[in-house]
Amino acid sequence: MTLTLLEIVALGLLGAAVLLSLLRLILGPTAPDRVVAADTLAVITTSGLVIIAALLGSPLYLDVALIYGTLAFVGVVAIARTIEGNG
Amino acid sequence: MTTKSIQQPEPGFVHGLFLYLLVFTLWMLLVGNLDTAEMAAGVVVALIVTLASRPHLSILAGLIISPSALLPLLRYLGTFIVALVQANLDMARRVLSPSLPLQPAVVEVETKLKSSLGRLILANSITLTPGTLTVDVQDQVLLVHWVDAPPGSDRVSTTKAITSKFEQHLKGFVL
Amino acid sequence: MRLIADLFLVVGAAFTLFGAIGLIRMPDVYNRIQAGTKAVTLGSLCLLIGIALLYPAWWSKLLVIGVLILITNPLGSSTIARALLKAGVKPWSKASVSQPGEADR
Repeated sequence: MTLTLLEIVALGLLGAAVLLSLLRLILGPTAPDRVVAADTLAVITTSGLVIIAALLGSPLYLDVALIYGTLAFVGVVAIARTIEGNG
Repeated sequence: MTTKSIQQPEPGFVHGLFLYLLVFTLWMLLVGNLDTAEMAAGVVVALIVTLASRPHLSILAGLIISPSALLPLLRYLGTFIVALVQANLDMARRVLSPSLPLQPAVVEVETKLKSSLGRLILANSITLTPGTLTVDVQDQVLLVHWVDAPPGSDRVSTTKAITSKFEQHLKGFVL
Repeated sequence: MRLIADLFLVVGAAFTLFGAIGLIRMPDVYNRIQAGTKAVTLGSLCLLIGIALLYPAWWSKLLVIGVLILITNPLGSSTIARALLKAGVKPWSKASVSQPGEADR
């Protein structure tokens, strides 16, 4: 589908959000900061997958988003448990 | 997040039925159409899932399942959505202002909700409302990280400021 | 219809960006969790509403994804915050704000 100006703006804002979260993921400075950044990035990725589904017009990616979101949550809880255990 | 030191209510048959309907609804939403074959599969799958999760059914036991619970539920959802939007406008204002107005502190708030489900929903609501993040739940006390804690606030005033607007609706549909 | 959908998409993307800016600007990990969780949750929901207006046939799966995000995101954040507190990461404090239970230094 052809994109409207507003949709291009939205994609740009979302891209900037991904870049900033990646920056926090790289900068750290501590491991918990990276975990938080990764968690945020995972949620952005979930909605990003939904947007990819819309861009390609294929509902198949909605299932990918659903599974990705679920797995990301399980991953975050697992990491949190690890931090807790090391404390 | 759950604590076992407080006597938890026992789940009844209605809670099993509720879970069954919930799983079936989820199935139908995922399938996305009303084919008879899909529905038949959903009936069977939902039954299997419900039976398999019987050991964990106690999580739902705090739920009050009656027609009178519907109005508080809707009121709660309304309060929640308003708080969610407020929280985001508030956070956007803080993040974008050059001086970064913050006065964070970890405060304690009290809840009268007894079931772990009730306290779970309350904790989640607190996390999504303006400036607050639930850090831990210890029996009746929730530890909350507050971005803008007024200096010298005690447990009574923080409870009033953070939980009361949710709890008054929550107690209508969850123990 | 498309205009309303686009407005939801832009607002959603903007909130997501605010969350990411908060992630960069906030002084400590607890405040970063706050900014990250809240803004990104509402941002994602707005994006999902926008997509649902563009593709009404997808409403059921988008609803499931929205509820999933709404439940798991705050839960995950609280879990991380609790783990940090138990691991002994102290919250950042600007002045001597009373911190019941937790010494701030």
